[in-house]
Amino acid sequence: MVRRAVQTAITKSGLAKQDIRYIFGGDLLGQLIGTTFGLKDLDIPVFGLYGACSTCGESLSLAAMITAAGYANHALAVTSSHYGSAEKQFRFPLEYGNQRPLSATWTVTGSGAFVVSGTTAEQPMRNYAHITAITTGKIVDYGVRDSMNMGACMAPAAADVIYQCLDDLNLKPSYFDHIITGDLGVIGSDILKKLLLDNGYDISKQHLDCGIMIYDNEKQDTHSGGSGCGCCAVTLAGYILNNLSKHIWERVLFVPTGALLSTVSFNEGQTIPGTAHALIIEQEDS
Amino acid sequence: MKVKQNDQAYNQYVTSVTPKHNCFKNCVNAFWVGGLICTLGQIILNMCTEIFSLGKETASAYTSLILILLSVIFTSFNLYKRIAKVGGAGALVPITGFANSVAAPTIEYQKEGEVFGKGVKIFTIAGPVILFGIFTSWTLGLIYWILKLAQIV
Repeated sequence: MVRRAVQTAITKSGLAKQDIRYIFGGDLLGQLIGTTFGLKDLDIPVFGLYGACSTCGESLSLAAMITAAGYANHALAVTSSHYGSAEKQFRFPLEYGNQRPLSATWTVTGSGAFVVSGTTAEQPMRNYAHITAITTGKIVDYGVRDSMNMGACMAPAAADVIYQCLDDLNLKPSYFDHIITGDLGVIGSDILKKLLLDNGYDISKQHLDCGIMIYDNEKQDTHSGGSGCGCCAVTLAGYILNNLSKHIWERVLFVPTGALLSTVSFNEGQTIPGTAHALIIEQEDS
Repeated sequence: MKVKQNDQAYNQYVTSVTPKHNCFKNCVNAFWVGGLICTLGQIILNMCTEIFSLGKETASAYTSLILILLSVIFTSFNLYKRIAKVGGAGALVPITGFANSVAAPTIEYQKEGEVFGKGVKIFTIAGPVILFGIFTSWTLGLIYWILKLAQIV
């Protein structure tokens, strides 16, 4: 799945494999085995990243930084997640009968890959979506210990990074067509809106969540929505970038969120910290 | 951020906005699903004693075996999960639930090999039940033995 996503992205970009100088990749599994085995035959230098479900934002941020700095003309960011392997690693065997709480999210089986290119005079990259600013997230821990309520673990991190981004750049939420978080789900989204409202930003008109958009919660019975590195990656690749290229939207704030959950630290009684990375993605007019 | 909630206030707020399963509805579902499984067990038991004229002990052993077999078959077709989603504890507490908790990891971990996959991980869920079950019965036996020595029972 990872390999196919990467190959499709490279083919669509019209570049050759050798033009991609670096890959920034990550997934949810221990030692990033999804990324490792997906990329091992591609013969491209790789940085493996772990930021739980926020890895999509982390990889895009780093790819944007490395190309903006001129260390590479083209870099590639790829993330993936898989329902079966995530359940196996973090929860129960698939066939085991248990009742999922209503706050639980459903890991998306999917992979999204993005070619990020630097803009120079020779390479103006018109008609493409541009990453115009990034705000890297801190690790935010409000002491949530419920691994079945990841939205609540991540909402403070999302609120923090969105607040920081708007504050740093002196922007208002209405500057964006949408503020799109990664996988907060239904409950996490409500918490995020409240946390930001407490800090003077009302994002209820702009806010969308990939976790809510990707599934039909009623029909597919996912409870709180979708989650995983694949969730925001496929939503960005398949939906958000499409809307940008068709000029339905001009500018979005894309905020993949991650709950830094480990079954070991969780069983040892530790909390579940969250993190999130914000990227401003704009459509460049031709 | 300017306004930060303290952990306790935040957790209280999270609890207040997180929806919960309806406890009463869950209890009713557990009651009828569990009851149905037990009724099935009783039917098998009656058949064993009346049709096949087995002794009481042999009949109950066969009943357990057949229920376990059914549960494993349901688990392997990924159907037991659906029963447990509705039935909750009603599906997990009877012997069928125990069989499910042993069969499910075996299927999941068979890729990791006979010894380190199935062998090591078969009891990842059922292990605590076995350990603490045996330990409790051992403790009770010890208490019984002491009481007997003291000629109380």
